[in-house]
Amino acid sequence: MANAHSDGANHGSVKSYAIGFILSVILTVIPFGLVMYPSLPKFTTLAIVLLFAVVQVVVHLVYFLHLDRSPAQRNNVTALVFAALVIVLLVGLSLWIMFSIHTEMMAK
Amino acid sequence: MSNLATTAGHAHGHDHGHDDHHHDSGETTVFGFWLYLMTDCILFASIFAVYAVLVNNVAGGPSGHDIFELPYVLGETALLLFSSITYGFAMLALFKGKKQQVLFWLGMTFLLGAGFIAMEINEFHLLISEGYGPSRSGFLSGFFTLVGTHGLHVTSGLIWMAIMMYQVQKNGLTSTNKTRLSCLSLFWHFLDVVWICVFTVVYLMGTL
Repeated sequence: MANAHSDGANHGSVKSYAIGFILSVILTVIPFGLVMYPSLPKFTTLAIVLLFAVVQVVVHLVYFLHLDRSPAQRNNVTALVFAALVIVLLVGLSLWIMFSIHTEMMAK
Repeated sequence: MSNLATTAGHAHGHDHGHDDHHHDSGETTVFGFWLYLMTDCILFASIFAVYAVLVNNVAGGPSGHDIFELPYVLGETALLLFSSITYGFAMLALFKGKKQQVLFWLGMTFLLGAGFIAMEINEFHLLISEGYGPSRSGFLSGFFTLVGTHGLHVTSGLIWMAIMMYQVQKNGLTSTNKTRLSCLSLFWHFLDVVWICVFTVVYLMGTL
């Protein structure tokens, strides 16, 4: 029962959902605005769009999925970090291989 | 061999009997579901990689710049984000033990999710009727596969949510239903996280 109670702390509150929601709105509207009404150089816009996406994913993980550094969440976070490693390798290496092939084939 | 299996089975049975505290099994279920979601992440990562490889292969057809309507996508994004917070309110009501509130917020979430799917089906229908279906080019194959896989996940979530509303209505807020609603909560918020990647990589980068 004590366990169930300490678990209760991870379920968030109206306040934490509201903070997550407001941050998400800001982190969504700014990238859409920059792409719909271009006002910055293309590369800067791309960098901001990607950065905001990463930040918003973290906001969702913290405020909606309630991941944190508490011992109760350690297994969840470990699994997530491992999945992130697999994803970086999978996507990064696939793109590296495929675009290298593309460039090499074009050169010949 | 059969002896070994019997021993293992016995050990398992003993373990189960020993571990009689009920709340623990729900937590294990939710953790197992989290592990499934991590494998689902890898499925989506593969499809994102495929999309990124194919995105420039338009075969003389339209590119993302020609077909994406950002205000429309912003509307879809808003529906999904609102549905995330209404599901959050359903979970808060669940832990307060308020059945009617749980049903109300699940209903709201269901409607917002259904709105998202309706908008997506409409978008797909318009593209296909203009001759820009998945068979038009490598880019469109990748686009329909990626966005369609996300849409299928959301549809599964909606079916699951409808079943949970029925079960909560019928059986109340039992510990089994709490575990199931916790798993669905992870699933639903996870789909919103995937959507952030979709609108960034597909729609925003495609229009840029």
